[in-house]
Amino acid sequence: MSILVNKETRLIVQGITGSAGMFHARGCRDYGTQVVGGVTPGKGGTLVDQIPVFDTVERAVKATGANATMIFVPAPFAADAILEAADAGIALIVAITEGIPVLDMARAKAKLASSGWTGRLIGPNGPGLITPGECKIGIMPGYIHKSGSVGVISRSGTLTYEAVWQLTQLGIGQSTVIGIGGDPINGSSFVDLLALFEKDPQTEAVLILGEIGGRQEDEAADYFKKNMSKPMAAFIAGQTAPPGRRMGHAGAIIEGSSGTAAEKMNNLENAGIRVATSPESLGDTLSSILPKKTSTK
Amino acid sequence: MKLHEYQAKVVLQEAGIPIPGGIPLLKKEDLSAVLKKLPTGPWVIKSQVHTGGRGKAGGILKAQTPSEIEKAVAALFGKTLVTHQTGPDGVIVRKLYIEQAMAVKKELYVACVMDRSKGCPVMMASMEGGMDVEELARTRPEALYYQDVDPVTGLAPYKARSLAQHMGFQGAALNAFSAVAIALAKAFLAWDASLLEINPLGLTADDKVIAMDAKMSLDDSALFRHPTAQAWRDPSEENPLDVRAQDAGVNYIALSGAIGCLVNGAGLAMATMDLIKFHGGEPANFLDVGGGANTQQVTEAFRIILSDKKVKGILVNIFGGIMKCDVIANGIVAAAKGVGMKIPLVVRLEGTNVEEGRRILKESGLKLSAVVGLTDAAEIIVAATR
Repeated sequence: MSILVNKETRLIVQGITGSAGMFHARGCRDYGTQVVGGVTPGKGGTLVDQIPVFDTVERAVKATGANATMIFVPAPFAADAILEAADAGIALIVAITEGIPVLDMARAKAKLASSGWTGRLIGPNGPGLITPGECKIGIMPGYIHKSGSVGVISRSGTLTYEAVWQLTQLGIGQSTVIGIGGDPINGSSFVDLLALFEKDPQTEAVLILGEIGGRQEDEAADYFKKNMSKPMAAFIAGQTAPPGRRMGHAGAIIEGSSGTAAEKMNNLENAGIRVATSPESLGDTLSSILPKKTSTK
Repeated sequence: MKLHEYQAKVVLQEAGIPIPGGIPLLKKEDLSAVLKKLPTGPWVIKSQVHTGGRGKAGGILKAQTPSEIEKAVAALFGKTLVTHQTGPDGVIVRKLYIEQAMAVKKELYVACVMDRSKGCPVMMASMEGGMDVEELARTRPEALYYQDVDPVTGLAPYKARSLAQHMGFQGAALNAFSAVAIALAKAFLAWDASLLEINPLGLTADDKVIAMDAKMSLDDSALFRHPTAQAWRDPSEENPLDVRAQDAGVNYIALSGAIGCLVNGAGLAMATMDLIKFHGGEPANFLDVGGGANTQQVTEAFRIILSDKKVKGILVNIFGGIMKCDVIANGIVAAAKGVGMKIPLVVRLEGTNVEEGRRILKESGLKLSAVVGLTDAAEIIVAATR
């Protein structure tokens, strides 16, 4: 078991004929993911590396039975691509695209919520997700991962690779690794995914990698305290970042005072989560909370 | 992207929100032409700078006569304003806005702002405007009222009236305030704003409202669909290094330490700064070269870091995913040779094609330390810059 993706996942790639879409469609397929199709309006009927391309997601789903999509569509059209996928009944939407207008995401999220869609959106502006050895949907280097029992959730891309690499070098494998993306409005929060890891029998511990700004980490701390039986470790990037030049006074007020690294680390620790103080000790910190049998692998 | 008050006032006027008569003075030489077109006085002469707190810093002057306007203009043009938001260097006044002074019985506050945790814009308002709203939120949070804005349909009229009523409005003022709130939300959505604030919103003796100031920021990711706003961009208001970084497609923020950082990815870049601090050093900057940086970008990133004379050494930390380590290593070598690097350089590479990348660094003939782990990277660069 794992969460969200496994060997059975059938993936299409929206924006497959663009250079990034094509490159990463190949990367995912080479890793072992079942890449069953791609979508680019106007390019239906063509092939990309033997992968059939369709004009619409609806047609791609009908022809291939796809249940997941990876979106590389350019930012101005990406929110529409997300809604198209949800409308076609895709259960897992992974949006890699960077720079989607904030209001486009706000509108798409509101629409998804009111449409009765029961799937999950990961991203945008993130590396995607991977269940090591089974399915990779995203832009992360596959070889740094190792199959195992630690769930990882992160707001960052390369910092996630760093954490995963440290775990793998310590012999600690991962159940599923997810980048939720760095945009102000994203599809899934720490809390959404913690709930899935808590229920997943393969996952024995969870590592979350947060950042300054927003309230997601505080919500995760709260959730951990009330609902989680599995041990958790965390790191917050930006302890030395200067106070943000965010969006003037009104923005700072809405976000509340709970945006600094120190406050977040404090809240996580108070909830009983082990917090790494330096990025060099992500693996060691997680290792220190593991039940004995797996830490000595 | 931040707008000037005179630009934001155009947005408000187009949205149907009453504003005082005013004319921007963009060049000193235009003054005589502007004086001929002025609305009736008295007037306020307002510095157009991308910072709050300009009134307290002496950036706003009053004038009863045209000759007093001339005096105020002479005093303000080129003046350096230091506010609580600018830092000690302050900002130089390069543009002014001359506006009719308004007599009002009350100053209110209203703003529309994106709330990331709710995933929608929020209208916030108070009967106690004119003051620092952060201060108000701290000392009298109960004086602020909130109403969610639907990102598709805007602020429903009945919700605007409900907000006005909770605030204590009645009669003509209730309707006047509601109309402003609805129009403000509409303009916020139409312009892809991240902040649109009126502080103060004046309430006149005859219960009309008028926007006496305006502050507006736009979502940079949506600028592609706002040609008017693109034309309003004012690079003279931005830090020259920031502009250079923006042109190069890298994300750079200058800090006060001695160790320059060049990293791929914002999260890892912040974590690298934390790492340096943890080992007793001080980062000189935040710099994220992004996911697909090429040799030109890496070279420009080195130049930007080196233009800061406080920098005594540079730590490069790249975890190659899409970016392959051999490509990055070639970029680092070319860039370091190109800029004539004379200070200690520590390079930590990990990820795709890392062996090849390390070989390229080793054989480059450059005096650099190629390290494997984060701890080594931090210890060596901190020691080298002591």
